[in-house]
Amino acid sequence: MSGDSHGTTGGGIEAERLVRVFSGGLRAVDGIDLAVAPGEIYGFLGPNGAGKSTTVLMLTTLLPPTAGSARVGGFDIAREGPKVREVIGAALQEAALDPLLSGRDHMRLQGGLHGLGRRERERRGDELLARVGLAEAADRKVGAYSGGMKRRLDLALALVHRPRILFLDEPTTGLDIQSRTALWEEVVRLAREDGVTVFLTTQYLEEADQLADRLGIIDHGRMVAEGTPAELKAEIGRSAIEAVPAHPSDLPRLAAVLERFGEPTAASPKGAAVRFGDGDDLAAVVRALDAEGIRVATLTVHEPTLDDVFLAKTGRKLEGAGDEPAAEPSAEAPAAELAVEGAGGRR
Amino acid sequence: MSAAPLAHSGLLVRRSILRVARQPANIAFAFAFPLLLLAVNAGGLDAATALPGFPSGSYLTFALAVPFIQGGLFAALTSGQGLGQDIESGFLKRLALTPLTRSSLLAGQLAGSLALGTFQAAVFLAVGLSASAGFAAGIAGVPVLLALSIVITLGFSSVGALVALRTGSGEAVQGMFPLFFVFLFLSSMAMPRDLIQHDWFRTIATYNPVSYLLEAIRSLLISGWDAEALALGFGCAAGIAVLGVTGAALSLRTRMVRT
Amino acid sequence: MSARSRSVALAVAWRGVRLTFTTPALILPMLTFPLFFLAAFAGGISGIERAPGFDFASGYTAFVFVFVLLQSAAFGGVFTGFGIARDFESGFARRLMLAAPRRAAILAGYALSGLARAAATMAVATAAALVGGMQVGGGGVDLFGMYALAFLVNVAATLWAAGVAMRLRTLQAGPLMQVPVFLVLLLAPVYVPLDLLAGWVHALAQVNPMTVLLKAGRGLISGAPADVALAFAIAAALIAAFAAWARGGLRSAEASGA
Repeated sequence: MSGDSHGTTGGGIEAERLVRVFSGGLRAVDGIDLAVAPGEIYGFLGPNGAGKSTTVLMLTTLLPPTAGSARVGGFDIAREGPKVREVIGAALQEAALDPLLSGRDHMRLQGGLHGLGRRERERRGDELLARVGLAEAADRKVGAYSGGMKRRLDLALALVHRPRILFLDEPTTGLDIQSRTALWEEVVRLAREDGVTVFLTTQYLEEADQLADRLGIIDHGRMVAEGTPAELKAEIGRSAIEAVPAHPSDLPRLAAVLERFGEPTAASPKGAAVRFGDGDDLAAVVRALDAEGIRVATLTVHEPTLDDVFLAKTGRKLEGAGDEPAAEPSAEAPAAELAVEGAGGRR
Repeated sequence: MSAAPLAHSGLLVRRSILRVARQPANIAFAFAFPLLLLAVNAGGLDAATALPGFPSGSYLTFALAVPFIQGGLFAALTSGQGLGQDIESGFLKRLALTPLTRSSLLAGQLAGSLALGTFQAAVFLAVGLSASAGFAAGIAGVPVLLALSIVITLGFSSVGALVALRTGSGEAVQGMFPLFFVFLFLSSMAMPRDLIQHDWFRTIATYNPVSYLLEAIRSLLISGWDAEALALGFGCAAGIAVLGVTGAALSLRTRMVRT
Repeated sequence: MSARSRSVALAVAWRGVRLTFTTPALILPMLTFPLFFLAAFAGGISGIERAPGFDFASGYTAFVFVFVLLQSAAFGGVFTGFGIARDFESGFARRLMLAAPRRAAILAGYALSGLARAAATMAVATAAALVGGMQVGGGGVDLFGMYALAFLVNVAATLWAAGVAMRLRTLQAGPLMQVPVFLVLLLAPVYVPLDLLAGWVHALAQVNPMTVLLKAGRGLISGAPADVALAFAIAAALIAAFAAWARGGLRSAEASGA
């Protein structure tokens, strides 16, 4: 792991061979190393049961590690728990809200828990409720809130004491698109404008892709990849191009043309697809097809996805990828299969 | 055609009894709690037997009537909660799609708690007698006591079912439980009515049907054959049962609407 | 306790009090059950004060009032334990564990809210008993001592229930919290003085610490204090023992990631 440029200062996270074994011998986290720089948005991606939430529980001092160590905000999670809790905020998987208290009551409670004076509690509460769009609903009992409202309140509560580091454990699971987008915007604002370090776990590829400066991918308790989204995707494969001829009888000729530009890969039944070679570009493909007099009904360029990365590293698709709106639905499955071959071929 | 309702009832009776039998913790509590209270009160209020006019030399004999009523209350809770859960889970809707008649359904639902109530009555009597409680009515009084206990259980169970059908919720039945206990406490549960010192309490106890249920059972244990007490006890129990069953049947008609 | 821990304790206590006093389903049973028991015992069983050997100067209402006071204090503690179990089961406790530098302050907060609820219950029960004609023979100091004893019982019961709740972290632990407290209350001179109890109940009551607490409370309300020092010592010992029990529960909760 490249810890050099991501060493822990006041607002960073560093973990070294972190392990958590549950009774019965289940190794939920099996030797995680990671480093998050201050002010960075770090995405922690993995399928259900990979160990994401267990890692978060340890880093937030809610679960003691079995082995290994970690420092959050410069403090050791096992030996300096109280100091860690002073500098972090967390919105965990369960919103952990009391249905009989109002949003404002929750803000007062959280402010009180963090030692804010009464006036500061009220002021900060009003500010955060307005920021997450809950000012009007503030005095309603949380039991009447929608899922999106609860998540927003949870985020606001995590920010009451101006933490340097924010943990978000699957914050947008179950939210509609608008709520999800609004939450993403707030996360980016926190990191860019307020300099908050964000440790975000998710099973949504799009979320990881859009938000994270760097990603760690976890499976069965182990890190399988780490880097920026672009680095990870570039590691795996090149773009693929798929074309469907306007006249089905042209398919063999179309396939032959495409093969001049890269390795054949799986495609839809009516088309042909290849992985680009280095230096090839779309314009050249179009010119070649035109020169052969082949009319094309559709021409699609498919970039490698994080799902391809996961598939390459683990041999499995990431769960939840099916929930995502596919960018190029026709290319996704074949491209994913190719990603295994491509990765195998390259390595 | 007339065999079908019987067969349906039989199926639901079996389910109802199995359901009760498969909750050993609840069953254990239904026996242990009344017997524990009986034992404690027998020791705790034994001094009352020294009061002039106290009808028995043994407080255990006097208090033995109470577990029979408590057994009926637990039966109410069991039948009500079970029916409430069936409504909440949608099981009642599933039954409505079958040829099942409403009367079969109600009979089936009540059967499990009746079975438990009857078994409880037998156990309480056996435990009481083995602890040297008196039973003035003798062997002939046993079937009378069991019959009275069954009618009491039927009455309370049907009230529990009524509450469940009206509210559609097992939790609402649980919420009613304290109210049942209020009726039990504000009666001649701990003292004979004529030895209750406060007029207001004596008045409440006089108007409380639970007092007559207790006194009917007590009459078999203490005095033998008291026609008036038995008539009042059976009358009250039957009255509660009629009201409860009628109310439950009407509520079931609303709850289980079918074209 | 540091200022920060005080904030945590007060915040947790504030929430508990606010929840109780703004939720009818919570506050009504809390206030009505003691009234009901007072009415049932003082109204229905008072004839027993005429039994030979029953000698209590302040009358039967005061006699059972002390039991109802201690009973409501004890059950109030158990009720606090239910709230703790519910918080762990729902995940809300994680919020508290995450925010508190020293988690013992969370326990203190729960105990404080329990005390506030107990104070309200005791006030209502006292008012009802006085309206019902309760005679009070004790002076100000005596009554202060009686209520102090009740508050200590509340704290002890809260710590007992908290220890169970934090170990099991589910509302299904309710009976485990409740039954021992119920037995301790029941196997004591509830309706009559110790000497008038019969059989094995008498034998058990003789070794039941609640017997000493009841005797002291009844002595204080009637102006004839007896075994007061012993009662306070027992209450203090129970608190010490259950505080250790509760701390163990907290450690168990921390170790499991709750």
